[in-house]
Amino acid sequence: MNWIRQKSPFVLASTILGVLMVLFLIIPILGSVGNSLPGLPSAFTNTRTLNAIFTSFYCAFLATIFVFSLGIPFAYMFARYDFHGKRFLDSVIDLPILIPHNAAGLALLSVLAPASPIGGAFRLFGVEFVDTVFGIVVAMAFVSAPFLIRSAQEAFGSVSFTMEKTARSLGASNFQVFRHVTFPLALKGILTGCLLAWARAVSEFGAVVILAYFPKTAPVYLYDVFEGLGGSGGLKAALPVSTLLIILAVVILFGFKLATSKTERIVQ
Amino acid sequence: MTLKIDHVSKKLGNFSLRDVSLEVAEGEYFVLLGPTGAGKTVLLEVIMGFNHPDSGKILLNERDITNVQVDKRGMAYVPQNCPLFPHMNVSENVEFGLKMRRMTSAERSKTVKKMLDAMGLWEMTKVMPSTLSGGERQKVVLARVLVTEPTVVLLDEPLTSIDTETSRSLRKELKRINHEFKVAFLHVTHDQIEAFSLADKVGIMMDGKIVQNGTPEDILSKPASEPVARFLGYENVLYVKLVKYKSGISEVSADGVSIKLKGKLESDAATIAIHPEDVSVTTEAPVSEETNSFEGKVRDYTNLGPIVEVVVDIGLKFKAFIDKRSFIELNLIEGKNVHIAFRTDSVKIVGAGNG
Repeated sequence: MNWIRQKSPFVLASTILGVLMVLFLIIPILGSVGNSLPGLPSAFTNTRTLNAIFTSFYCAFLATIFVFSLGIPFAYMFARYDFHGKRFLDSVIDLPILIPHNAAGLALLSVLAPASPIGGAFRLFGVEFVDTVFGIVVAMAFVSAPFLIRSAQEAFGSVSFTMEKTARSLGASNFQVFRHVTFPLALKGILTGCLLAWARAVSEFGAVVILAYFPKTAPVYLYDVFEGLGGSGGLKAALPVSTLLIILAVVILFGFKLATSKTERIVQ
Repeated sequence: MTLKIDHVSKKLGNFSLRDVSLEVAEGEYFVLLGPTGAGKTVLLEVIMGFNHPDSGKILLNERDITNVQVDKRGMAYVPQNCPLFPHMNVSENVEFGLKMRRMTSAERSKTVKKMLDAMGLWEMTKVMPSTLSGGERQKVVLARVLVTEPTVVLLDEPLTSIDTETSRSLRKELKRINHEFKVAFLHVTHDQIEAFSLADKVGIMMDGKIVQNGTPEDILSKPASEPVARFLGYENVLYVKLVKYKSGISEVSADGVSIKLKGKLESDAATIAIHPEDVSVTTEAPVSEETNSFEGKVRDYTNLGPIVEVVVDIGLKFKAFIDKRSFIELNLIEGKNVHIAFRTDSVKIVGAGNG
């Protein structure tokens, strides 16, 4: 612990502030878990709670796949090529992060409502967005896309041009270079982006609730329980549900870390 | 003839390749030598197809490949600091080019094994690149390229950023590969030792142009211009006026110092160059008809490792290289009176006079 022995005021101040930061992040979570322990078993067995969590995870999964299919090629182009309007697009990507999420929901509703041209067109194919899984997925995809795109863009950017040129000169087509070299090397960053996007999608409330109040996702359900819309409400009723979400988030986070550290070892 | 670059020009920002032509014959080791920024890498990238030339053609075995895609050119390219694919082991790296050519798995593993054996890499099949030494890595890079049986391999500074010892052994390895695999090399470098020890033919590139090309002996003995001479280390460059010409020997004068040289000047004035290697330093006057000899004082010296560069003032300042032992035996302290000498055929005419 060399840095303690240095007794530098700067190091000391940073340490104290750092500890405060960690406490700020961890106390509410621990408090939520601690206060909800009595109600936790019933939350685990409540079908409505479990259904809401399943809806969230499932829709977030679909949203991630959607963003992955459209976002990965885009992120690759963005990392590799220069084109007109690139800087403009660069700021557009971040817009969903910057605007309030219920505003995002309203924006989506305005173009996807059955009465609008786009919503109407989809309706012809039997796809509706208001109060459907499609609506949830679209709202989730909209707010989580930047996370995946940015992570993937950075991951692609870290694969050197020389690496790709070398592969090309060895007889690989552009697609083969992507498939055998660039994508595998960027995989860890892309997976991280997927996790971020998925987690962001799971936690989305504002945009989802406006486009699709039903079927209820976990955050919407949690809000309902807190407001007492399904009977007895308040903190006491809502805490076990939120704790369940926290536990699942922690399990998934560690599972992911474990999995990606394995791919990293393979890469190295 | 294998590779032909035919009047290729390419403008890239402030830099341009200007009317570059060169030919690499079958199995030939061609080294393109030039200072940093001469455009050597740009030329390789144009040849390989990463950059399209503004004008001119590239031919491989008489076939015009100027508009052929990079992966279909049938040439191999080893960029500077060429990476191995870090997520593949040695044999997967070597296999890469064959896989891209859709060779069957059985055939691939046979070919790769043969190549790894030929390169002395058989023990490293399953090793990941991050654990290889610089020299081993470069050998795998070469194996990966050679396994695709290219007619020409383009090498961009393959021995820079490798320690001297390894670089020496890789130089031997390159020469061996050149002979055994009968593959032509177009090797780009700024290092003269590398160039002259490897090349069958050398091209000197400066400022986007090939300014001279020929055998190493040709180039070393007859630098075509003052910049080439200076680049090759001819540090004694003088602007001279003709005094007289008689029976194959010209007598010229540089600031009152009279120098004899073999051959005839094209006009009354010329630029001449003498390599410090060709200048000897002695304490007694040498006697020879063929030799220019002057008396002067030691002004300065610089230790260059195995040799010492000595500056002698004879009215003009001359640089001479002498080996370390002679330097000690001659006891060349500053201000000491010495004689310098160089043969008449060591004086090279490298240009017209200065103004």
